[in-house]
Amino acid sequence: MTTTILAAEAGNTTARNLTIVLFLAFVAATLAITIWASRQTKTATDFYAGGRSFSGFQNGMAIGGDYMSAASFLGIAGLIALYGYDGFLYSIGFLVAWLVALLLVAELLRNSGRYTMADVLAFRMRQRPVRTAAAVSTITVSIFYLLAQMVGAGALVALLLGIRPGTTFLGMDAETAKVATIIMVGALMIIYVTVGGMKGTTYVQIVKAFLLMGGALLMTLLVLAKYKFNLSSLLGDAAASSGQGTAFLEPGLRYGVEVAGNATQTFYNKVDLFSLGIALVLGTAGLPHILIRFYTVPTARAARKSVLWAIGIIGTFYLFTLALGFGAAALVGGDAIREQDKAGNTAAPQLAEALGIDFLGGDLGGAALLAIIAAVAFATILAVVAGLTLASSSSLAHDFYANVIKRGETSERQEVNVARISALVIGAVSIVLSIFAQNLNVAFLVALAFAVAASGNLPAILYSLFWKRFNTSGAMWAIYGGLLAAVVLVFFSPVVSGAPTAMFADHDWQWFPLSNPGILSIPIGFLCGWIGTVISKESDEEKYAELEVRSLTGAGAH
Amino acid sequence: MKVVIHKMSTDTPASAPSDSVSERYLAVQRSDEFAGLRRALRGFVFPMTIAFFLWYALYVILSAYARGFMSARLFDSNINVALVFGLLQFVSTFLIAWYYSRYADRKIDPVADKIRDELTGGDS
Repeated sequence: MTTTILAAEAGNTTARNLTIVLFLAFVAATLAITIWASRQTKTATDFYAGGRSFSGFQNGMAIGGDYMSAASFLGIAGLIALYGYDGFLYSIGFLVAWLVALLLVAELLRNSGRYTMADVLAFRMRQRPVRTAAAVSTITVSIFYLLAQMVGAGALVALLLGIRPGTTFLGMDAETAKVATIIMVGALMIIYVTVGGMKGTTYVQIVKAFLLMGGALLMTLLVLAKYKFNLSSLLGDAAASSGQGTAFLEPGLRYGVEVAGNATQTFYNKVDLFSLGIALVLGTAGLPHILIRFYTVPTARAARKSVLWAIGIIGTFYLFTLALGFGAAALVGGDAIREQDKAGNTAAPQLAEALGIDFLGGDLGGAALLAIIAAVAFATILAVVAGLTLASSSSLAHDFYANVIKRGETSERQEVNVARISALVIGAVSIVLSIFAQNLNVAFLVALAFAVAASGNLPAILYSLFWKRFNTSGAMWAIYGGLLAAVVLVFFSPVVSGAPTAMFADHDWQWFPLSNPGILSIPIGFLCGWIGTVISKESDEEKYAELEVRSLTGAGAH
Repeated sequence: MKVVIHKMSTDTPASAPSDSVSERYLAVQRSDEFAGLRRALRGFVFPMTIAFFLWYALYVILSAYARGFMSARLFDSNINVALVFGLLQFVSTFLIAWYYSRYADRKIDPVADKIRDELTGGDS
């Protein structure tokens, strides 16, 4: 008995040390790239858009690195491991969403904008009100997303490094390690963005995408090899070990749950599933940190190529997570996963350990593979938070400082300096907020970020690009209306109060029955944009002609 | 992409383009050639967006309401309709992306390039 515990502890220590070594190697490599990138960063275009010098493939990888968060990697693998089919259902929305970006947004935005989402929104509008609205929305979406990522990173560190209650690591208990991780993640993202700008951030995202795809591919192949590439027997084993039986392979364990004897709740659950789905599909093309990636390539054609690569990479990745999730259910088992983390976030690392023991031989092999996957997970978090920090600081500097406060009368150098200071401020604010929120359940903030992007940003972008009559008043109504609708509905929803899993579980001011506001807030956003437009007489035919010609042909593109 | 047409940035309304420039944009926008380009783009992306959105919505709605159908097993294996439906969403996404890129290469890019070259004197 004692010896097994000791052996496990020894394996645990090996894995922990190796995780830290690999993670430090990633940090060292990315910092070196960042410093190199800073020497190549001279103009505002370099800082905001990486000099528009990336190829479609590079940008496609970077988009993947920007988009596939720890929530995608550990979260979806964990959802599939615990709830089976519904985890897969969830991942599909994140992929299909890219068609909106490909067909409606990427190329036209690349042709007509410069550094931020607001460049397109404000093109034919009065600059100051529209840019203010866009900056408010960009920063809100980015901070929501940042908080979810950073609090998630804090929660993960104890799990990935195996710091159990009562044990310490470098003299830190689990709580201290959490705070230390949040501060470290925040500090690194500030360095990547302030020093390396878009170039540094892009390379960090590319490196991360390679590591993530490599790690996921390796584990997928091992899982499939274990089942001799027979998908049906993997599924059968997963269903058996999950403790749920065949229901594990069918929709309904997590989303759209049918509550026996409660038809109303069943109805709400099903509507909630639909509401989540449309927010995911329509939100992606309104996320500011994704939109600014389209400016890093030289032409609209290259922007199209980047999205094509991104669709290939992201789609393949979600197919991998399918194997990882069912593999974890089959080889680790639902009970063992729940024992480590009720949300299933450790399913992928636990699977790595099991596969390592199996294929590489013994506890050491298990420790090695566990360490690799844990280090990849940390790398994943860093690349995403850097992208978010860059998007929000760009908007603060380019939209709010240069065009609202200074009314366009500022030098490039000054603007970039403000962008660097903004990154520092936004980073610091996120660190402080994350430390305050570290013990709250803020996982819903990712879905909220998508809902705000779908309800406020997307209507404004689509109307701007395609509707001649659209004007300043319409843009402001769409952005503020959609943003407010999503935030207010979520504030009164069961994810914030009035439910045992809520952010404030001890309080109850909940009256909106759905966790996801999209089904209401998205139509509200589009409707507000329409109302705002028709109640204002403003209409600039010449500017729309210019925007339309530029966006469709690339004439005058930056 | 150097552009001769004007040095205006998108964010400085103070330096509005001269009348001749905006007149040129207006003239291009009203030309038959540009109308054709607009039609080629919108005629593809709008119906396609509606189609994939409905196809995705159908999948989500079936997952919520047609659980018996989705749970039906295929070929005596553990693979069911729900899994195949989900995988088909991947297939359709990849296919639409590929088809759009082919369409844009053939029907949109050449026209867009031609109009841009005419407008900017072939400099961009």
